[in-house]
Amino acid sequence: MPEKRVVLENCERIDPGDILTHIERDGFQALKEAHAMPPDEVVSEVQASGLMGRGGAGFPCGLKWKLAREAPGDEKFLICNADEGEVGTFKDRYILEHDPFSLIEAVAIASYAIGATRAYIYLRGEYHYLSDTLTTALGQAREKGFLEGLDIELREGAGSYICGEESALMDSIEGKRAEARYRPPFPPTKGLWGKPTIINNVETLMNIPPIILKGASWFNEMGTQKSKGTKVFSVSGDVERPGVYEMVMGSQLKELVIDIAGAKALKMVQVGGATGTIVPYSMLETPLSYETILGSGAVTVLDESRDVIDFLSRTMEFLAEESCGKCTPCREGTEVMVEILTRLTQAEGVEGDIGLLEDLSEVMMSSSLCGLGQAAPIPVLDSLKYFRQDFENRITQSVFLRALRGIK
Amino acid sequence: MDTVKEHSAHTGREGLLALLEEEQRKSGYVSEKFIAGLAQSLELPIGELYGVATFYSFLSIRPLARNIIRICKSIPCYLKNSVMIIEAVEGQLGIRPGESTSDGRFSLELTNCIGACDKAPAMLINSDVHGNLTPEKIAQILKSYK
Repeated sequence: MPEKRVVLENCERIDPGDILTHIERDGFQALKEAHAMPPDEVVSEVQASGLMGRGGAGFPCGLKWKLAREAPGDEKFLICNADEGEVGTFKDRYILEHDPFSLIEAVAIASYAIGATRAYIYLRGEYHYLSDTLTTALGQAREKGFLEGLDIELREGAGSYICGEESALMDSIEGKRAEARYRPPFPPTKGLWGKPTIINNVETLMNIPPIILKGASWFNEMGTQKSKGTKVFSVSGDVERPGVYEMVMGSQLKELVIDIAGAKALKMVQVGGATGTIVPYSMLETPLSYETILGSGAVTVLDESRDVIDFLSRTMEFLAEESCGKCTPCREGTEVMVEILTRLTQAEGVEGDIGLLEDLSEVMMSSSLCGLGQAAPIPVLDSLKYFRQDFENRITQSVFLRALRGIK
Repeated sequence: MDTVKEHSAHTGREGLLALLEEEQRKSGYVSEKFIAGLAQSLELPIGELYGVATFYSFLSIRPLARNIIRICKSIPCYLKNSVMIIEAVEGQLGIRPGESTSDGRFSLELTNCIGACDKAPAMLINSDVHGNLTPEKIAQILKSYK
C-alpha cells in the first residue's frame, strides 16, 4: 500500500504561523460541524470510526471519550499528550512544527465532545523551541473566535520520559514528581485532580477533524479489520532516507523501511521505540497494525554491522534511567538487566545469564506498575528468540577468555 | 509572587513545575534558597519541592553555565556515531559530561532521545536543535554561543 496523507494532509502545505492559510484548506470546518451536532453524536461518530490511540497503547478513542462524557462531574479535562519521549519517535514534533492549527481544532472538538472547558497541551521540554509556534497558533485561533468557552493552556515538561505515560503526565501537571499511578480508577473517571480526564496523543487527535468532515465510514474503509485509518511512522537508524511517513494501516514493514526509507543489508528493525518489538530481516513482510506490530510508530533500523547485545544494553540503560522508581520490579529489574547486558558486551558473561534474563523478564512483565516496566523486557525476549546464538556465543567467548586469563 | 497566584487556579501546587522551569532559565539552576522560599509561599514541605526539582533532568540544583549542551545518546543517534560528536565537544571544551567550562560559558550533558532522529546525530544547545552533526561542524556551532 502506498503512502497516504490524512493526518499530515496540511503539513508543508500551510504556513504554521498564519491561520488564514489553514482556513483556506477547510480549517476549523470540522469544529463548526461538530458544534452543530450534539456532543453525544460527536462521540458516536468517533466510536464508529474505529480510531484507536496512536501514542502506543492503542485504546479505542471513542470509548475513552464515552467513558469521560458519561462520568459524573461538572468539571472535566482534556489533555493533549505532546510529550513525545519514545526513543526514535519524532512524528508529533513534525506535526506540531507544520500544522499546529489542526491539532488545536481537534482539541476543541474533543473538549466539546466530552464536556471539558479546560484543556492542556503538554509539550516535552526538549521541544521548547516549538512553544512559540503553538502559542502563536493558539492566539490566532482565539482571536478568530474558534475557542470560545474553552481555555487551552500550554504546559511544558522538563526532561522526563515517563511523563508520556498518562498517569505520570497528570502528576506532572499537578506539580508533582511524575510517577505512575495505581489503576483503577482510570483517568476517564478519575484523572487530573480526581476529575474525569481524557488524555489523547497528538496524532490521535489529528485524526478527529477529517473523521468529522468526511465521516466515520470514510475512515473505516482504510486499514485492516481492527486497525482503521493511517499511521504516521518515524523512521531512523540505518536508512538512506530517515523521516516521517504516513501509511495506511496494514502496510508491510518492508515497504516502509526498504522501498520508502531505503534500508540496505538490513539485520533487524525495532518497531515502537525503546520497549518495542524486534523484527528480524526474515519477517519483514509483517504488516504494520494493532493486530501485529505498531506501538508509537517508531521504526529504528539496524543493518548487518550492528551487534544486537550492544544495542540491547544501550536500550536497557535508557529504560533504567527513565524508570520513575516507584515500583520495585521495574526499578530493580531494569538495573539488573543493564548489569547483565553490559557484562555481555564486555565479554564478561557467565553461564546462566540467559536464564536470568528470561526469569527477570517474566517478573517485570507480570508485576510492574505501568507500561515501562511491563514492556521493558520485550526487546530482550525478542532478541533472545531471533538472535539467541549471539548470546550463547558471547557467553562461550567470555568463558574462554576467562580461562585464558587464568592460564596467564 | 504574582506568578504563583496566576498558576494557582486549582491548587497552589499547579504552577510549580512552570515556576521551577522559569527559575532554571533565569538563574541557570534551582537553588536551595529558591526552593525554600517557594516552599514557604506555596505552603508545601521543602522536601516535596526538592523531590520535584530533582526528578526532572532539565532542572538542576547545582549552577549550570550560560549555555547548556545536551548531546543525544539514544539509539538512533548512537547508530549515527554520536560517540564521535561527544568526543569532539569534549575535545573542544576540555570538559566531560556533567562538567562546565571554567569561564561559565558551556555545560555539557548527555541526554535521552530529543526527537531529532531524522537528523541524527543531534544535540540541543539551550533550546536550539543542531542536527546532522559531524565532528568538523562542532567548532563553528559552538562559536555562535557567547
